[in-house]
Amino acid sequence: MMLDRSTRSPRRRRLLAGLPLLLLGGCNMVVMNPAGDVAVQQRDLILVATGLMLLIILPVLALTGLFAWRYRASNQAAKYEPDWDHSTQLELVIWAIPLLIVIVLGAVTWVSTHVLDPYRPIERLGPGRTIAQNVRPLEVQVVALDWKWLFIYPEYGIATVNQLAAPVDRPIEFKLTSSTVMNAFYIPSLAGMIYAMPGMETKLHAVINKPGNYEGMSSNYSGAGYSGMRFRFYGMSDQGFDKWVAGVRAKSMPLTRANYLRLEKPTENVRPMHFGTVDPQLYKAAVNMCVRPGSMCMDHMMMIDAQGGGGKHSAEPRNGVGHAEGALEKQPEEKGAPGHWSKPREPTPPGAQQPGAQRNRDLTLNRMPPAATPGLRQSVRA
Amino acid sequence: MFDPAIMKTIFGRLTLESLPLHEPIVMATFAAVAVGGIALLAAITYFKLWTWLWKEWLTSVDHKKVGIMYMILGTVMLLRGFSDAIMMRAQQAMAFGANEGFLPAHHYDQVFTAHGVIMIFFVAMPFVTGIMNYVIPLQIGARDVSFPFLNNMSFWMTAAGAVIVMMSLFIGEFARTGWLAMPPLSGVAYSPDVGVDYYIWALQIAGVGTLLSGVNLIATIVKMRAPGMSMMKMPIFCWTALCTNVLVVAAFPVLTAVLALLSLDRYIGTAIFTNELGGNPMMYVNLIWIWGHPEVYILILPLFGVFSEVTSTFSGKRLFGYTSMVYATVVITILAYLVWLHHFFTMGSGASVNSFFGITTMVISIPTGAKIFNWLFTMYRGRIRFELPMMWTVAFMITFTIGGMTGVLLAVPPADFVLHNSLFLVAHFHNVIIGGVLFGTFAAINYWFPKAFGFRLNEWWGKLSFWMWVPGFYVAFMPLYVLGLMGVTRRLRHFDDPSLQIWFVIAAIGAAMIAVGIAAFLIQIFVSVRNREALRDTTGDPWNGRTLEWATSSPPPAYNFAFTPIVHDGDAYADMKARGHDRPVTGFRPIHMPSNTGTGVILAGFAVALGFGMIWYIWWLAAASMLGLVATSIIHTFNYKRDYHIPVEEVERIENARTALLVQHKVTTA
Repeated sequence: MMLDRSTRSPRRRRLLAGLPLLLLGGCNMVVMNPAGDVAVQQRDLILVATGLMLLIILPVLALTGLFAWRYRASNQAAKYEPDWDHSTQLELVIWAIPLLIVIVLGAVTWVSTHVLDPYRPIERLGPGRTIAQNVRPLEVQVVALDWKWLFIYPEYGIATVNQLAAPVDRPIEFKLTSSTVMNAFYIPSLAGMIYAMPGMETKLHAVINKPGNYEGMSSNYSGAGYSGMRFRFYGMSDQGFDKWVAGVRAKSMPLTRANYLRLEKPTENVRPMHFGTVDPQLYKAAVNMCVRPGSMCMDHMMMIDAQGGGGKHSAEPRNGVGHAEGALEKQPEEKGAPGHWSKPREPTPPGAQQPGAQRNRDLTLNRMPPAATPGLRQSVRA
Repeated sequence: MFDPAIMKTIFGRLTLESLPLHEPIVMATFAAVAVGGIALLAAITYFKLWTWLWKEWLTSVDHKKVGIMYMILGTVMLLRGFSDAIMMRAQQAMAFGANEGFLPAHHYDQVFTAHGVIMIFFVAMPFVTGIMNYVIPLQIGARDVSFPFLNNMSFWMTAAGAVIVMMSLFIGEFARTGWLAMPPLSGVAYSPDVGVDYYIWALQIAGVGTLLSGVNLIATIVKMRAPGMSMMKMPIFCWTALCTNVLVVAAFPVLTAVLALLSLDRYIGTAIFTNELGGNPMMYVNLIWIWGHPEVYILILPLFGVFSEVTSTFSGKRLFGYTSMVYATVVITILAYLVWLHHFFTMGSGASVNSFFGITTMVISIPTGAKIFNWLFTMYRGRIRFELPMMWTVAFMITFTIGGMTGVLLAVPPADFVLHNSLFLVAHFHNVIIGGVLFGTFAAINYWFPKAFGFRLNEWWGKLSFWMWVPGFYVAFMPLYVLGLMGVTRRLRHFDDPSLQIWFVIAAIGAAMIAVGIAAFLIQIFVSVRNREALRDTTGDPWNGRTLEWATSSPPPAYNFAFTPIVHDGDAYADMKARGHDRPVTGFRPIHMPSNTGTGVILAGFAVALGFGMIWYIWWLAAASMLGLVATSIIHTFNYKRDYHIPVEEVERIENARTALLVQHKVTTA
């Protein structure tokens, strides 16, 4: 759990010492040097596409320099043909070469987009390495909350916040949703990003090939706490992973629906949390936006709609919180006063979740004292 | 003391809290702006310039003056948008580890939203529209645009949008959503404040101006060309402008509709883009990009035209491959509608859908590449004079080629999965927008300034601006490509990894260089105005130009051409000069011209009040100003004093003065 913290300061010193080297070598370009097979293939594709394009880009850049120099006005020795404005052969070449490159690149794109489709289950561990018959992918259910990531491991009945672990060389199947707004789930070392959206589920398949401590984040702006919506992803050996799972299981804190509702409230820079047990229906309820007791699940509502609707009373919002009122529906005293952007914000408890509430998700303080431990400025315990 | 319900009815949600009373710095800025504004107004009053300003500029329907007002609006807003950029660069350069930087999220998130909105809608759009407005009627030998009053009103609607955005700095706050205000974040549930409402109303009102100006320019290009100028004899800039305005007319209604739907969600509680009750935020993402992608071509196409004109003029050659240039432009126009999904490959579409949009995106690079080659072969066997416009053009060709390459890379869906929303993406679109639109605008300003004002721009300051802008751009944005490859995403306010900091510091240095570039540009204009006598262009043709705008005087008379020219060739003026064309000096007639009107200003004033009322829920104000808008429009239809004739004596006086000037020029240069 505290792996990240304990390694932080020596790592920082090393990085600082190696800074000039890093600048030159660019050796921490994680997108160019990832640790998961999917990201490796995506890297290769970047290199192939760049190489293909340089076939035309480099001559163009060279010709621009050459023509600009050679045909400068002061160079009277160069040929001057003021009325030369057409050449069928040249036009043919001008259109044909980019076309050929696009045909090749288009073919590469079509194939690679299908092979690297995030919805497609992992079919190999790496170049020439197949997956053993008996290996089932590790399923991880991901919920983007304001502003932290909840990971549920249905196979193990555990859950974590802002900490993700997976055994090396075992395919992972992520199922993703969000509790409020759009986010994107991104671990650059592992695979490309995919949006996590409220009331919907997206999928991502990946595999990690090297043990290590990697960075993960939300890569789609989602509000005030977005900068701190980061987590660590650990690639572990099988034994290490089992030990980690056992460690999480040993935590007494259960992730019940009530705890989820407390966790869901906006918080930022949340440090990792472990839950020893999880309500098995929680993820399904999160996708269907019906964790709140008494709220109607979206799938249920859709079923009623598909059968012709539930009559007039079904117009009532059933998810327990109601929907946000439009401005014209509001009473004068409900209109609220947003205040100027420079108005200091009080250090408040976790923000509101009621739709349309004025204080909704407006959490970041205007005057934040420098924290002693970066990344841990404010934390909640469910 | 006051009944709160009555106060809310009168002032909506506007209270004293909405003013920057808490923040001395903002209060001081506000005070400085207010004092400066009052001083400006006082100066105008003192020098008795109100009548002149009102009659000659604000109410002018002359396309040249409207064009110049667009350029001034763009420049002013560039300063605002750029100060946002500087704030972001400074924040990201310092906010590492324990240092939180100087901007809290509540403020920082408004800054990057405002930066994007302002730079696209209130800098790039006014620049592009201003250039088209100024140049097109002159290039096609027309006296004005098709609908001169509409043109004035379009400008004022755009300015009204800008006023609303600027208002958010001092009253309330701006959106904290990113420049496209994606729901559910921008819905009333998660952004109940005024910010998104400022966004919606600024864009809706400015959008009216953009759309009407698009209609106007299409009609102008299609209907008002000089005799003999067939479509395929139009200057290439007119072609790119025509295609741009077709895009405007087809794309902007989509923006208007999608923002209207979002306002329905926010104002009357519909559930179109909400999470609940069957709303679908993905629909907004699609719709906004169906406008948003054509928008980038709306911005770049006219500048492609500018670069074509500049390359041909300064190479002293006809444009290479005019016909293929026209077809390339048309193909880009059509394809611009078939690529929108590449902005969200990561939203979970199937592989075949993603591949389709990836490949259509790559296909756009073919006509764009053809254009680059056509400029190259225009330079080939030319006599290139490296004046400022040409310098900007060469800088564009190199910068844009690199930006195009990273763009095609982003069009490969699996590559986009790791580069989307990263600083690589940010670097890419600044690479094409600065390298294309901004460089093109500077080329255009330096190229047509002597035409507009009768004197050239100072070269020394222009070159300083160029040499600060171009390397400054590379210093500011190349580190962002690197950071993107290091897995750093956009819109972050704070970082933990100290190894990133050096790159942000380098980027901040680049931004500082660009700041010098902008300052040098402003000084360039100031110095040129001061030394205008030395820089005077007496011929009307300072660059040995090839198209019709150079056939008239600098600055052109209100009526542009005393006689409508007759066109025999694509490079009409080069052809006239080659055939020894004589400027007619007798037989002038009175010229029929449109009259100025203040209706545009009044309508825009009501539009600002309408927007303000809607933003702050001051319903009576919104209703009253809506009534004002409708009433003013109806009253304007009864205005029958819409035109006048410039008497023949006046035309003779102006034309004789020009003849004298040309003779004098011949004597002094002989």
